[in-house]
Amino acid sequence: MDNDLALVQAAQHGDKRAFAQLVEQYEQRVYNLARKMMRDEQDAEDVLQETFISVFRNLGNFHGDSNFSTWLYRIATNASLMKLRSRKPPPLSLDEPIESGDGANALPREIVDWGITPEEALLSGETRAQMDAAIATLPETLRAVFVLRDIEGLSVQETADVLDISVPNVKTRLHRARLLLRESLSIYFKEHAIAK
Amino acid sequence: MNHEHTDLCGELSSQLPDYLDGEAREAICRAIEEHLAECEDCRVVVDTIKKTVTLYRQAPMEQVPSNVHRRLVRVLNLDDLTQPSTK
Repeated sequence: MDNDLALVQAAQHGDKRAFAQLVEQYEQRVYNLARKMMRDEQDAEDVLQETFISVFRNLGNFHGDSNFSTWLYRIATNASLMKLRSRKPPPLSLDEPIESGDGANALPREIVDWGITPEEALLSGETRAQMDAAIATLPETLRAVFVLRDIEGLSVQETADVLDISVPNVKTRLHRARLLLRESLSIYFKEHAIAK
Repeated sequence: MNHEHTDLCGELSSQLPDYLDGEAREAICRAIEEHLAECEDCRVVVDTIKKTVTLYRQAPMEQVPSNVHRRLVRVLNLDDLTQPSTK
């Protein structure tokens, strides 16, 4: 039995110390996801709290059919999306297929070469702020896929399981997100003369 | 610089997601790499997509501020059971 499952089962039987261990183990990953999804610190804290309150209330419904981390990420991602959606008119549903004729696979026209610039030169505080700002401009369905796959490091299959969408759908959204972020960073690096 | 796409650029771009994640079939990889060796614009696009992903993957995680951690354990009624955050 994996360690998470043992802790969950102990917590299901009222062992608060086991639940505290789960919180400690995953607090930072949930907070990181929430900060990338929400950007605003207070919103991220709300998502963090709502996620673990929901985990505690629903522990009895977790039967180990998926990894605990997948189940937790699903709750955290849903909490983030619900908070984002509470602020604006209804966006695309997660289940809604993405049309293929929208340029999803088109290569961009603006070509700026910053691919050979060393990471250290690119990872200044200002650049990181720009990277976070760029994520915030992504449509939320693309943002969720990108954060789970490329920031949290979930596999494509795990990302599909968390979001309850197909693997091809994850791949399509991930590619669109990467293209949009690349474009956004290219414009930034061009303006800041980091590109050659 | 403006990228004048050829049909081949568009055709290969649909294979890019699998290529970038190392999941493309060998023949597809070879075709893409042969194209990249000849098409400077496509090479730049692929390099900068790779770099974009690398930058995000290498960015440090957001640390949980100590006051955020304290409020979380208080809400969950776990005050005495978790280690304080280092930040």
